[in-house]
Amino acid sequence: MAVCIAVIAKENYPLYIRSVPTQGELKFHYTVHTSLDVVEEKISGVGKALADQRELYLGLLYPTEDYKVYGYVTNSKVKFVIVVDSSNTSLRDNEIRSMFRKLHNSFTDVMCNPFYNPGDPIQSKAFDSIVSTMMVQAC
Amino acid sequence: MSPAQWDLPPELCCRPMAFVALTGLDVVYNAIHRAIWDAFCANRRADRVPISFKVLLGDHEYPKCRTKRTSYEWYIPKGILKTGWMNKHLNLVPALVVLFYELDWDDPQWKEKQSECATKVEIVRTSLQGRNTKVAVVLIQKKTPLPPGEDLVASERASALCGACDLSGKSLFVLPHTDHLVGYIIRLENAFYEHAQTYYYNEIRRVKSHKEFLNKTTHQVTRISAVNRNFYIAEFIYKDPHTFHVLSCRYYRTAYSLVHELRAHETNMLEIKTMAGFINYKICRLCFQHNTPLDAIAQFRKHIDLCKKKIGSAELAFEHTAWMSKQFQSFGDLFDEAIKLGLTAIQTQNPGFYYQQAAYYAQERKQQAGQLCSHEPGVVYPAPDPLETPSGALDFYGQRPWRQGHQSIDPPDSEKEKQGILALQVKERDVLHSELVIALLSNAVAQFKKYKCPRMKSHLMVQMGEEYYHAKDYTKALKLLDYVMCDYRTERWWSLLTSILCTALKCSYLMGQVKDYITYSMELMGRASILHEEQKSRIEKNLIKVLMNEVPQPEPDCDLTSVKTAQSLWSDRISLAGNNEFTIEVQDYVPFVQCKAKFLYPSFHIDEPVQLHVYVRADCPHPVRFSKLCVSLSNQEYNQYCLLEDTSKEKDILETSTQENMCLVPGKTRKYCFKFVAKTEDVGKKIEITSVGLMLGREMGRYVYLNWRGGWGDAASSHETLQASRSFKRRTRLPEQQLDWDTVTIQSSTMIISRVPKISVQLTHEPPALTNEMYCMIVTIQSEEDTVAKDIKLTAGLKPGQDASLTQSTQITVNGSEVCDDSHPALLPDISLGDLQPGQKIVKPLYIHCMSTGSRILLFHVAYSVSATVEGKDINCKCHKDETVTLETVVPFEVAMKFVSSKFEHLERVYVDIPFLLMMDILSASPWPIELVNSEVQLASSMTPIDQPQSQVEGVTLQTSECASECFLLKCPPVQNGTSTVASGHYFISWKRKSAFAETSVVRTIVILPHVMLENIPLYVHAELPSFGRVRESLPVRYHLENRTGLVQDVEIGVEPSDAFMFSGLKQPQGRNGDTSIEAA
Repeated sequence: MAVCIAVIAKENYPLYIRSVPTQGELKFHYTVHTSLDVVEEKISGVGKALADQRELYLGLLYPTEDYKVYGYVTNSKVKFVIVVDSSNTSLRDNEIRSMFRKLHNSFTDVMCNPFYNPGDPIQSKAFDSIVSTMMVQAC
Repeated sequence: MSPAQWDLPPELCCRPMAFVALTGLDVVYNAIHRAIWDAFCANRRADRVPISFKVLLGDHEYPKCRTKRTSYEWYIPKGILKTGWMNKHLNLVPALVVLFYELDWDDPQWKEKQSECATKVEIVRTSLQGRNTKVAVVLIQKKTPLPPGEDLVASERASALCGACDLSGKSLFVLPHTDHLVGYIIRLENAFYEHAQTYYYNEIRRVKSHKEFLNKTTHQVTRISAVNRNFYIAEFIYKDPHTFHVLSCRYYRTAYSLVHELRAHETNMLEIKTMAGFINYKICRLCFQHNTPLDAIAQFRKHIDLCKKKIGSAELAFEHTAWMSKQFQSFGDLFDEAIKLGLTAIQTQNPGFYYQQAAYYAQERKQQAGQLCSHEPGVVYPAPDPLETPSGALDFYGQRPWRQGHQSIDPPDSEKEKQGILALQVKERDVLHSELVIALLSNAVAQFKKYKCPRMKSHLMVQMGEEYYHAKDYTKALKLLDYVMCDYRTERWWSLLTSILCTALKCSYLMGQVKDYITYSMELMGRASILHEEQKSRIEKNLIKVLMNEVPQPEPDCDLTSVKTAQSLWSDRISLAGNNEFTIEVQDYVPFVQCKAKFLYPSFHIDEPVQLHVYVRADCPHPVRFSKLCVSLSNQEYNQYCLLEDTSKEKDILETSTQENMCLVPGKTRKYCFKFVAKTEDVGKKIEITSVGLMLGREMGRYVYLNWRGGWGDAASSHETLQASRSFKRRTRLPEQQLDWDTVTIQSSTMIISRVPKISVQLTHEPPALTNEMYCMIVTIQSEEDTVAKDIKLTAGLKPGQDASLTQSTQITVNGSEVCDDSHPALLPDISLGDLQPGQKIVKPLYIHCMSTGSRILLFHVAYSVSATVEGKDINCKCHKDETVTLETVVPFEVAMKFVSSKFEHLERVYVDIPFLLMMDILSASPWPIELVNSEVQLASSMTPIDQPQSQVEGVTLQTSECASECFLLKCPPVQNGTSTVASGHYFISWKRKSAFAETSVVRTIVILPHVMLENIPLYVHAELPSFGRVRESLPVRYHLENRTGLVQDVEIGVEPSDAFMFSGLKQPQGRNGDTSIEAA
């Protein structure tokens, strides 16, 4: 399960970011922010050749000693970042994928809300609860 | 315990090379020896064999060799790797000792020299004492040797010498001192290298043979020895460049896994880790050299995973983190080195990550040191120093100085152990951790910069800044933080920005930097900060204090001694010495005050005041008062009208009763209106808001100017505006006097345009115009002004910017009595019409001469000046009014000409002396009636009129599509040659438009008459025929035949009647022309 989940706007500012409250929130913010380097690189590398059938899931962005950071980019260049604990070896790539897919579906619902102004921070309760299901339950 | 304690020993990091000692060389006084030595040492490139040479004295003492143990039964090793072992085999115990001796084969004192040489060899042998080191002899000879086998004396003496010295023939070399020294030397050293290899090979065999003594590998002791053995073997193999990769690596790996099989407990944990670190270093290094970086990374990961949890003594936990940090750092170094040698790294796998992790462990070490080493003030460094050893160094790597060689689980002396730990802790306290962290971070920054990770780089720079802050180097901290701040600001990561700002604010507080303090406070209070209200409120109070020239409250969580210094610094600032006025360019920050300035309209007429609104809003928790609001415009003369200043000089900045206007209430938008009258010179110019300044604080004391360039917007505004424009939200109606900030649009420039003219300009004319006519247009200007319109000027004519050919074919004049020519312009500028009283009107006829058909746009521009009063100011306004009209020009009539005979039959050609008619048809194409005043034919010399030609159309008026015709009787005098084309002349028509509207002038149109074919004929036949005949009555016909030649002609005439006629009279008369006239009836 994730320790931090973030949604980043096309212009690379955070739309939504939530982390487990037990550890330093700031640290996760920095982790997500720095992972954008890799996301940008991957998008720019892939974008040219296979713009249409591009895989949205970017896979493992980079491993740190303590965390693994995974990335996902929607067609509108909104980025999802999931941080999981390195010690959590039970999580497989497929599970991460399905987490992203769930996140994307929920995000699409948020975007479909006529009262949501794209580019504003996400304050949806439904989205919040989907994220909660994917987060490590704080003990 | 210096920080260098954790560094890898240099003998580990260098590349092991075979050690060969050279004796018998006097490199100081003997030039030949010097040259030989230089040839050995200089230019040791990679293609030469890996040998390290050293010049030693002949009786040099080499390290003593231990007596060989025959049984390991009672042997207990004191540690894994002796500290001296690597150095010993690198630099002290040679694989080969070479004796240089000057001796030629034909030396006269051969015998003596031979025995001297043998003695020297013996001395070397003695000093080596039981080592397996080889000995070789090199004879330095002056003569070039003969090819082998030819010099019998030489071979004989060589074998004698070998015998005397107890050397094999392979160990005796000859070095002729000739021109090819380097070539000989290279051959020599290759031979040396073979000897050295044999030596190391024997050593390996010897070490391997120990295995037989170690029957069981379960015993700790035997395990240690096994590690030892494998390490030794690997080290020796490493010295051989051809096999080192695979084999050496295999032994190192074995040694590595054996290290981890050792039973680990608190007392030997450090030793095991040290050893594991050493071997890991060797393996990784070999993998990189072998170009298998993935193996290196995998080995390193394995190493870290195995060792991560081996913390050892909890009281010395910092040692573990220091060691971990070192592991990452040295791997980073290895990685970086490999990259320099051609390896390519990628964004997600580069040395930066290892340096970063090393820095992370260094930070952790610092934390642990802070916890474990904060002793009571009374605790001092224990005496005697438990870290002192008799030799000054450790015997084995990774052991404790106070219990060297101790191998059991429990420490031998718990008191000593305590003292030792205390000593280590006290030492650790003095380590400059921050420096270590910063050095590692800056290494990482350099790497991430290389591998396109700007955000990672910024993050590390923030960490560096924070580390500098902890190290109390606030200047450097602030510099770094300030540098990266804007990256986070432009990327809109407010959480991160806030955290950086907080640190920066602390730094600026502790340094007493007023400007930085104000800047950071302003941003922390603003909407970009995610601080809580109470924190913002605290910062605001401090900011107000600073602006009132008081000492601000210290920032929380600051170092106490630094706070004391800071407080005195701030007290010094009270004297207001130095600069106390600060300008903050808002577009680089997100301050707590927002501003939008706009002109009310995109343009203003000169006779109305220009209105400007400035909206200001504060986001801070408490109301804030400002002392000045000023707007700078592109024309600075207006600035004085756009100024709001606190005129009262009272001291209390919070006094609000009278100054309510200049107080900003959080969350409420305030509007300030300015008005000014534009100068008449600025008509047609743009006025822009260059900046809006808001002054906080007092002009007498300390103040800060917030400057909005262009009148609005800080670092976050453009995005906010974009979001607001996208927003679906209905503009909620706010209570009176309140505005929704987002609805305020920006209008940062305005045009000053001239006053609206109060005159009417009317054009009266009868379109279309006719080609070449003086077309009359009457301009009527009527004043609707209340005062006198002075200096009226009319500019009329072709509107500029049309086809250039129109300019050529259009002329305008005020004088209609004469036809224009080329000297008249197409546009007549500034026709002065004098003044115009209110209600008066001026009528001005203008004449336009269009020489070509088509449509053209005409411009009538009336300019005048009038005085007006705006806001109590008299200004002289210039007004103008433009009228344009599109004028069509058509041809007035078309003239058709033809030549006909006197019987009005069409003629293709005319004949000499035979009269004919020239006929003109004038077809009117004008929609208006045309009066033909006169017409005239001007004949060319080739034609003469028969009667007096007189106009037959004079005074005729043609309506639309009516036609007037006239004809002239002409004949052509004889011409020289038979047939030719002759010119006819010109036809002039004088005409005018028949108009009741205006007096028109006569226009003379010239038409060129067509050319005609003229023919000479010899015989002219002319018939006289009655106009009609009656049935059964005779019809007399008379034919005249005229000979026009100068000669007599015979003619025969035949008449052929048609069926309707019968003949009477001569049917076939014959005659001669000229003498008689033949008549037929």
